[in-house]
Amino acid sequence: MQDSLKSSSYQQLEQKSKYTNMFLRWFLYFMLILFASYFIFPLYVMVVTSLKTMEEIRQGTLLSWPSGLNLESWAVAWGGRGYGAGDTFLRPYFWNSIKMVVPAVFFSTFIGAMTGYVLTKWRFKGDQWVFLFLLFGCFIPFQAILLPMARTLGVLGISNSVIGLVLVHTVYGIPFTTLFFRNYYISVPTELVKAARIDGAGFFKIFFKILLPISAPIIVVTVIWQFTQIWNDFLFGSTFSFGEAAPIQVALNNMVLSSTSVKEYNVDMASAIIAGIPTLIVYVLAGKYFIRGLTSGAVKG
Amino acid sequence: MKTLKIEELSKNFGSTEVLKKINLEIDEGNFLVLLGPSGCGKSTLLNIIAGLETINEGDVFIDDYNVSKVEPKDRNIAMVFQSYALYPSMNVKENMIFGLKQAKTSKEKIQEQLEKVSKFLQVDQLLERKPSQLSGGQRQRVAIGRALVREPRIFLFDEPLSNLDAKLRVEMRREIKKLHQQLKTTVVYVTHDQTEAMSLGTNIAIMNHGVIQQNDTPEKIYNKPSNTFVADFIGSPSMNLIKGFLKVNSEDLLFTVSGSNLEIPIKDYDFKDKSNLNNKEVFFGIRPEHIFFKKFNESDFEINLRADLSEYIGHEQIMTFDYANQEVLAKFPSTIKIDLAKETKLYFDLTQASLFDAQTEERI
Repeated sequence: MQDSLKSSSYQQLEQKSKYTNMFLRWFLYFMLILFASYFIFPLYVMVVTSLKTMEEIRQGTLLSWPSGLNLESWAVAWGGRGYGAGDTFLRPYFWNSIKMVVPAVFFSTFIGAMTGYVLTKWRFKGDQWVFLFLLFGCFIPFQAILLPMARTLGVLGISNSVIGLVLVHTVYGIPFTTLFFRNYYISVPTELVKAARIDGAGFFKIFFKILLPISAPIIVVTVIWQFTQIWNDFLFGSTFSFGEAAPIQVALNNMVLSSTSVKEYNVDMASAIIAGIPTLIVYVLAGKYFIRGLTSGAVKG
Repeated sequence: MKTLKIEELSKNFGSTEVLKKINLEIDEGNFLVLLGPSGCGKSTLLNIIAGLETINEGDVFIDDYNVSKVEPKDRNIAMVFQSYALYPSMNVKENMIFGLKQAKTSKEKIQEQLEKVSKFLQVDQLLERKPSQLSGGQRQRVAIGRALVREPRIFLFDEPLSNLDAKLRVEMRREIKKLHQQLKTTVVYVTHDQTEAMSLGTNIAIMNHGVIQQNDTPEKIYNKPSNTFVADFIGSPSMNLIKGFLKVNSEDLLFTVSGSNLEIPIKDYDFKDKSNLNNKEVFFGIRPEHIFFKKFNESDFEINLRADLSEYIGHEQIMTFDYANQEVLAKFPSTIKIDLAKETKLYFDLTQASLFDAQTEERI
């Protein structure tokens, strides 16, 4: 009698917890969908607007589907309308950005890896101070270095050039890349370096043959970080370059803000998407390594 | 010619002295174990021998050649590390031949060495594997193999077994012993595990606070510890050290504790210096395994002590007795029944006893 009483009350509890769990699960999905749509919504508006003609846009139905797959505004954004003066389009600036971002990402990542290697595996007197000052570099706002950097570029004779921007982004990126690599290499046992020294490997050999081959996760993190920073940068680009040498973000700004005629929202949207696509590609290709690389140091230790 | 000689070696990190005037010599083919608690400087000493740390004072000689300023790779040594330090991106084969390749050894010689060593260590089936695909014991073997292919004059081991589980550790310990018996290469081995040190070493140097306390054969270290630190460090449970003083009268020499009528005759003790013994404050040292529950030798000294505590560990039991308010531990077979809180007849094997000066803590 008592046993059956007990088991029925357990059944009730079981039922109750089942309903609670079900409710929580649905609530969770509801919230997730809500947040996801909140983030996807602007992109949706951008894409549909870029596919509409100007007439459709003037009707004011922001959320409606485009009447057809109208790619004309994309072609205009990328290649222009074909008339001479005053026609700004993204193609040359896109290549400017590529020419800037590839070497800048490469050099800042490489130098950061080297510095991180030295700071963890070839400790020297005062290395903590060096690291501290480098860390300090992460907190210097962009605006603070504009004037000194402009002067430096002037003295070097590379102001208003892609090379100048490469230099600026490399230098500004080193504190971040060093921080990443230092934190990664600190979890690599120093005995590896000792073993390699006994085996007769020197400073560079140890770096290239032993540490670099196991650095893939942190390289991915650094590349994504630097690529995003440099590709999306507007301030350095607009300060240290103009006209021909401008990177894509500056060109985008010029296109959208300086058009004297009617605002072509479809072209603007297409341009903005084009300017954002490379970062998206990098994230999609390397994204799954991103989190893994960020946390790998912590898990390993 | 000494294979390895260390003269007046000192090392400090900033203001902390890690090693103080170390002198050490090893003959060809010997197995020297550096034993001590953590932070005693034993690993630093090994790193200095390897050339991975700089020296502040003193010199290191290998085969009578001063190598103090010679690069690690040119010292003709090989080292096995605690974490194995296998290169993660290379497979077993690449790991083992990395050193030879750096030394620009000919391809044929590399192949020959690799085959010989990998067969010898039974890792020839694993050559294509990455370190992450190996078990702890296999990694250890590969790490030893990487050291072996170089055919060094001296092997340096830095706590190579402490990352293994208890069972594997005993197995690998025997393998290292076998390896040394077969190859007869000189070895310097760092550990904090006294069982490892005792079973492997032909010589043990016990270190504490950057000073070598005693450098002797395992038997001497165990039987004739040169100071209370060594006496306390070696053995489990460690040696009983009873504080008291010496009493000299016309025909006898006694150890006694103030406020007690217990007296132990130590006339036959082998003193280093027989002068000024009367009223000298000393520690009387006797190991738990040299206290018996019945008379085994004619010379055993009979004494009555109160049993306070019994710890059962299966094959034996450790009993705690009260000796004039000081604890004395004894090790008995677990089959012996001894009543607690009662006076029990015990027998001390006085031939195994040690005496230490209470001030200097040195053996007298």
